[in-house]
Amino acid sequence: MTVLLSASRLTKQFTGLLAVNEVDVEVAAGSVHGIIGPNGAGKTTLFNLISGLLPSTSGTLTLDGRDVTSAPPYQRTRLGVARTFQNIRMFSDMTVVENVMTGMHTRLKSSGVASLLRLPGFRREERAARDKAMELLAFVSLADKARIRSGDLSYGDQRRLEIARALAGDPRLLLLDEPAAGMNPTETRDLGTLLRQVAKRDITLLLVEHNMGFVMDLCDRITVLNFGRKIAEGGPREVRDNPAVIEAYLGTKVAARLAKAHGA
Amino acid sequence: MLSQQLVNGLVLGSTYALFALGFTLIFGVLRVINLTYGFYFSIGAFVALTVAREFGATIWVALPVGALSAGVVAVVADWILLTRLRRAKAGELASLMVTLGAVLALYSLMAVFIGTDIQRFPFGFVDNTAIEFGGIRISLVQMLIVGTTFVLVAVLFLLLQRTKLGLMIRALAENEDAARLMGINVGLTVAAVSFLSGTLGGAAGVLIGLNFNAIQPFMGEHMMLRGFAVIIIGGLGDIRGALIAGVLLGVLEVLTAGYISSNAKEAVAFTILVLTLWFRPVGLFGRAQAKRA
Amino acid sequence: MDGMTMAEWLDDFLFTYETLIHALGVNGLLALSMYCVMAVGQLSLGQAAFMGIGAYTGALLTLNLGLPFWLVLPLSALAPAVVALVIGGPTLRLSGVYLAISTIALGEVLRVLYINAEWLTGGALGLSGIPRKADLWLIYLLLFLAVLGFWAVGRSKIGRAMEAMREDEAVAGVMGVNLPVYKMGALVVSAMLAGLAGCLTAHSNSFIGPNEFGFEMAVTILSFALLGGIGTPIAPVIGALVLTSLPEILRPLQDFRLVINGLIIVVAVLFLPRGVIPFRLRRAP
Repeated sequence: MTVLLSASRLTKQFTGLLAVNEVDVEVAAGSVHGIIGPNGAGKTTLFNLISGLLPSTSGTLTLDGRDVTSAPPYQRTRLGVARTFQNIRMFSDMTVVENVMTGMHTRLKSSGVASLLRLPGFRREERAARDKAMELLAFVSLADKARIRSGDLSYGDQRRLEIARALAGDPRLLLLDEPAAGMNPTETRDLGTLLRQVAKRDITLLLVEHNMGFVMDLCDRITVLNFGRKIAEGGPREVRDNPAVIEAYLGTKVAARLAKAHGA
Repeated sequence: MLSQQLVNGLVLGSTYALFALGFTLIFGVLRVINLTYGFYFSIGAFVALTVAREFGATIWVALPVGALSAGVVAVVADWILLTRLRRAKAGELASLMVTLGAVLALYSLMAVFIGTDIQRFPFGFVDNTAIEFGGIRISLVQMLIVGTTFVLVAVLFLLLQRTKLGLMIRALAENEDAARLMGINVGLTVAAVSFLSGTLGGAAGVLIGLNFNAIQPFMGEHMMLRGFAVIIIGGLGDIRGALIAGVLLGVLEVLTAGYISSNAKEAVAFTILVLTLWFRPVGLFGRAQAKRA
Repeated sequence: MDGMTMAEWLDDFLFTYETLIHALGVNGLLALSMYCVMAVGQLSLGQAAFMGIGAYTGALLTLNLGLPFWLVLPLSALAPAVVALVIGGPTLRLSGVYLAISTIALGEVLRVLYINAEWLTGGALGLSGIPRKADLWLIYLLLFLAVLGFWAVGRSKIGRAMEAMREDEAVAGVMGVNLPVYKMGALVVSAMLAGLAGCLTAHSNSFIGPNEFGFEMAVTILSFALLGGIGTPIAPVIGALVLTSLPEILRPLQDFRLVINGLIIVVAVLFLPRGVIPFRLRRAP
């Protein structure tokens, strides 16, 4: 197994709160890795540390063996990290296709001068970018809405547009922050299908999710956080049966009662 | 010579501190760079001038009347300009722009109606005598400035630390939504903060107008350079920082004028402002929320 | 046209309104310089100060060194760009109010310095007798090129990155936009445009003074951009056009010119955040 992303003793301290506390995580290349935990466990903070939106307090983060602990977000994007957000963050005034093309920022090579003079190379690249964006939109079934203002899309469409925008930068690692939040069972199932297709494109997925069925179904490996600490890690089955995890989710008393009921 | 200059510097510095105090208070509590603040300075001075000239009021009447009128203007200005943006939770640049537009309109209106010529307090409005001890001269106006600054700062601190209103203000500064949940009347607290800062700005206007005996609509605008420098050096929103930075700036300016040149004095504020931004953007005590973008 | 030929009429018209026509072009450039910073979601209130640096640099190079105008013009753009680097360096890493505050402060300190450095700047009297080298065609050619440039760049990945920054800076960073470089680039380009406008003003009015580039001008330039809006590069230019010609058409308003400019900002921010020309540039082929 090759490790794509590795966090070692990664820590984020806010005033008076250790949001992420010495967390070690290794994400294998080509895997679908889930991060679960109760509310306030530090999952989104961990995502913000990985994508560079927040600086870490201590610890190291490597991507494909390169230290990116203090790299700004744009460098991480260039190295192949992409993400979506828990509360969707579109560029809502832009059209759908423009949003996706914005996601290609690091992959477009034309210089400012070339665009200023509208050189043939620039125009060719822009057309190719638009075509690629249309393909991605077709992939997430939004092709017919390409020219609509993104802010006018329905909630589910916005979620899928965010995934297309993230894929536009040809990422190797895609972080998904609660992709199924607010979706009905049908939409959730479609999302699962979509993400499996993404995984087939040689993209490693790291996702935070509350919908347990969804996570257990999709992930190869799961890390469990509680109060900023890693409390368990393993395959879906292992994690589900882990007493520490049950305790974190249900509280000590319930966990003890469950254990008694199972005769353990 | 040096000690005389230090005294002059302290006097100048305490006017800067007094001016910047209200300015930084607004930012600290309401998270707004409110540029109409410069107008409170001008209007305070003008009201004091008018009551002195038209009704022969003494300084003990003109000063509070000028300061309190500025406080009232501040409450009205805040209510008209910022209520809507506050409700929409608009960004800090939107509120900055609104107050910028408003302050130009206000200065210009004032200039249209009373002209831009420099006006002065009536002759004999304040006693021009100076007392001397140990070879240091201090004029009565200077003593009035330092004394008033001390009193106003003390009152402000007591109010913030010891009263229910102070508690409400501090809660609002901490977190508006939490303050609302705790049952604090946010609208009233906002008005109180505006009134306090307007009064401080107006008082500074009267005192500085008195010190230089030159009053003109755009005087508040010209004072803003010092205001910006002081609140950034002290740390945005940091009251204690503003006090110390204000005094420091006054002393440095007087020393620069004395030992280098009076032209160089004008550049002191801006130079320290830029140096602070380069090397210590969180301000003297490191308490500014110099939020990284 | 009672007996006059077209050419005569045009001559007459240009003669009567020469100052206004110059001002329209120069203010268009200033509106674009404001647009350039606001397009990345920042607020600089130093456009008038940058303009002043350009004006004084240009005037002094012409008057004291007798440099040819084709050399003076780019140097006048360069000088404010250097100042922009010094101010932008620390402030662009911080939240937006820091840039706004330090740029207003810049305008204020420069005004005082122009007045005090009499030996160089002529003090409160300013500099006069600057040769009129800024021809009308040159002003409008530069304006045209600037609009065209912003339009072309706006329809590329740079334009998309800038709009992304305006909408959600953090997410723009996650899309791979190098935020510090973009912000600094925008500030420097805007300083250069303002510097050009200043140099052109100096060489068309033949006089510059310390109070022309202060607070009032800074707010006026902002009002151009807020009235027009910043959806397309044309919008702020139209804003400048309206606000420059309005007091000429409605003479009685002249005294209240600054009051109106100020109120326009208030009204625009509170009620018309997209300006009167709310269209946006399409950024995909």
